[in-house]
Amino acid sequence: MPESVTDPRQLRLPPKRPIRLSWSDERVRGIVWQVFVVGIVGSLFWWLWSNTAHNLAVRRIATGFEFLRREAGLPIAEHLVDYNPTDTYFRALLVGFLNTLKVAVVGIVLATILGTLIGIARLSRNWLLAKLAAVYVEVIRDLPLLLQLLFWYALLQGLPGPRQAMNPAEGVFLSNRGLKLPWFEWTDAHSFALLAFVLGAIATWLYARQATAKRLLDGRNRPAWPFALLAMLAVPIGIWAAMGAPFTPDIPKLRGFNFQGGLNISPEYFALLIGLVTYTAGFVAEIVRAGIQAVPHGQWEAAQALGLHRGQVLRQIVLPQALRVIIPPMTSQYLNITKNSSLAVAIGYQDIVSIANTTLNQTGQAIEGIAIIMLVYLTISLSISLFMNWYNGRIALVER
Amino acid sequence: MAFGLSAMRTLAAAFAIGTAAPALAQAPAAPSGGPANTLDAVKARGTLACGVNTGLAGFAQPDSQGVWRGFDVEYCRALAAAIFGDANKVKLVSTTAQVRFTALQSGEVDVLSRNTTWTLSRDTSLGLDFPAINFFDGQGFMVKTSLGVKAAKELDGATICVAPGTTTEQNLADWSRSAAVKFTPVVIERLEEIVAAFVAGRCDAYTTDVSGLAATRAAQTKPADYLILPDVISKEPLALGVRQGDARFADIVRWTHYLLLAAEEFGITQANVDSMMTDPRPEVQRIVGKTGGLGPMLGLADNWGVTVLKAVGNYGEVFKRHLEPIGIQRGPNAQWNKGGLQYAPPFR
Repeated sequence: MPESVTDPRQLRLPPKRPIRLSWSDERVRGIVWQVFVVGIVGSLFWWLWSNTAHNLAVRRIATGFEFLRREAGLPIAEHLVDYNPTDTYFRALLVGFLNTLKVAVVGIVLATILGTLIGIARLSRNWLLAKLAAVYVEVIRDLPLLLQLLFWYALLQGLPGPRQAMNPAEGVFLSNRGLKLPWFEWTDAHSFALLAFVLGAIATWLYARQATAKRLLDGRNRPAWPFALLAMLAVPIGIWAAMGAPFTPDIPKLRGFNFQGGLNISPEYFALLIGLVTYTAGFVAEIVRAGIQAVPHGQWEAAQALGLHRGQVLRQIVLPQALRVIIPPMTSQYLNITKNSSLAVAIGYQDIVSIANTTLNQTGQAIEGIAIIMLVYLTISLSISLFMNWYNGRIALVER
Repeated sequence: MAFGLSAMRTLAAAFAIGTAAPALAQAPAAPSGGPANTLDAVKARGTLACGVNTGLAGFAQPDSQGVWRGFDVEYCRALAAAIFGDANKVKLVSTTAQVRFTALQSGEVDVLSRNTTWTLSRDTSLGLDFPAINFFDGQGFMVKTSLGVKAAKELDGATICVAPGTTTEQNLADWSRSAAVKFTPVVIERLEEIVAAFVAGRCDAYTTDVSGLAATRAAQTKPADYLILPDVISKEPLALGVRQGDARFADIVRWTHYLLLAAEEFGITQANVDSMMTDPRPEVQRIVGKTGGLGPMLGLADNWGVTVLKAVGNYGEVFKRHLEPIGIQRGPNAQWNKGGLQYAPPFR
């Protein structure tokens, strides 16, 4: 609570008196009860732990995390880091973790964009657009996610086989093996250029902040785009060119059973992503709508009185205020996307649950396997929560 | 829909291991069964909990009336007949490849009769025993005839459907390395879903045990559109599974299997078992329980052999009833004296 409104009576502390070792002293009672409760919870966990260890030993079930160093021997179709079946279980689980991240991060970004658009569309003055958005939200929200995933997966399996693949553009093939896109051979030069781009983006952001701060002081407009062009485009291209400008196109070609080369988006990943995005976007749309409607109508009228047009009002006045209402429930939706991605098992996308399940099945160490799954989701979820809480704190109404 | 369900069940089972009464000597009624007294626990409960497949033609699948039938189901019924004298006192629990071991470890089922390959690591680190191999199998590939593939070596670059958490998955990786054949896996847990993906053309080939391929092929509307390749890339001794540390119960499971084998060897069938009571051959007399007192040695009734054979028939009859209709030949599962591997030790 800001200091200006603090009730002076609250500043006065109760008088201190020595603790009497007696049941009639409420502080002694408090300590006794707390020790008692902590003791019960602690011994419950100790009992669970020792009992589990005992039962596992009696049943001669292997325990411990030794297995992480053993050869996994399980094939994984999609991996962001190099992986062979001869690698360890640890590496296999790492691949699963990255696959989960791959679908969760892309899903969060796309669901936010799609959901925001639909949420705004629902408030549109265009009757048809508003009704379409409403129908989308009601239909998508009311159907179980698993059903939708199976629907998308079945739909993608209905595509023609690789030999009759659709070829909408040069080098682009769509078949029941997934979407094949032309790509190029990735070399160190590309990695450095990408790194330069990321650093350039950060520098641009800092520059833009500085420019805004200066503009507020002297009123002169300093456009950020020349700097952005230089830092995010010219420098990376320069680095790439300086390293010999390597570029070998990698066009997918039908060889044998399947397309070789190029960039592949598998039906499993695509079905999971599209299912998660369309489903979550329905919820995001409602959160965005609620956020916008929570901004008092007077704000619209005041902004319009200043001569701003509707789009400007939405972007400059309403959305920044709506964000304060939107962010907390949005955090839940981001957590939901991450956790719902575990439904991947049903359609054969090898995420952390799928690979940990296989691991625990092959090693028989169910408790360790489940613990790993819990640890992974806890880590991802807590990271999302921390970031969103930080962001929420940043945009919260600053009281002066 | 057993997607996350399997994870849930694994978690629940893991928790059951944690909360089960400490497995000291006297806890037969504990939900986990405890390792030492499966027979007493089963008798106290009144039914045998038997883990079977989620639906594999010929081995375990509900018929049009919803009654589970198949080779594996007959073994469950045979065990119930041996223990209770009544083949119907059995509760069939369908288990996916991924939850089967946890289901057995945690006591959800007493015995696994479910196309499970016996391997060294499963035998030693899962807390399980495999008392008897009731089906000798091997891993193969099935493709669509239209693909024009005639041998597994031609599958280089193919996409292959495989069930996760199975020896099949690991064999596939091993085979790909030794045969220098590259492939892309598609792993889906539910049998129905993976078969659907293969039929829809998501994969070029589907791999599992040859018996499973035959069952899947027979269940298609046009079996002739599918071809099982001649290559067999692994040994898959499919065995019955029990919890480790209960030798008495393991004996019952082992000898019930041998009973079916021995009955076939001596020509005892479901139909003629009553007339065999007067057969003069000593081993037949011991099998039907007239002499020898073998049943009580196992903790069963004297006439356990008769009850079991009346309920399900001998090994050959079970095989003929469930596996021959889907095109599986006896092959290595013939009797030892007919060129096969099935061999029962003496009933003495």
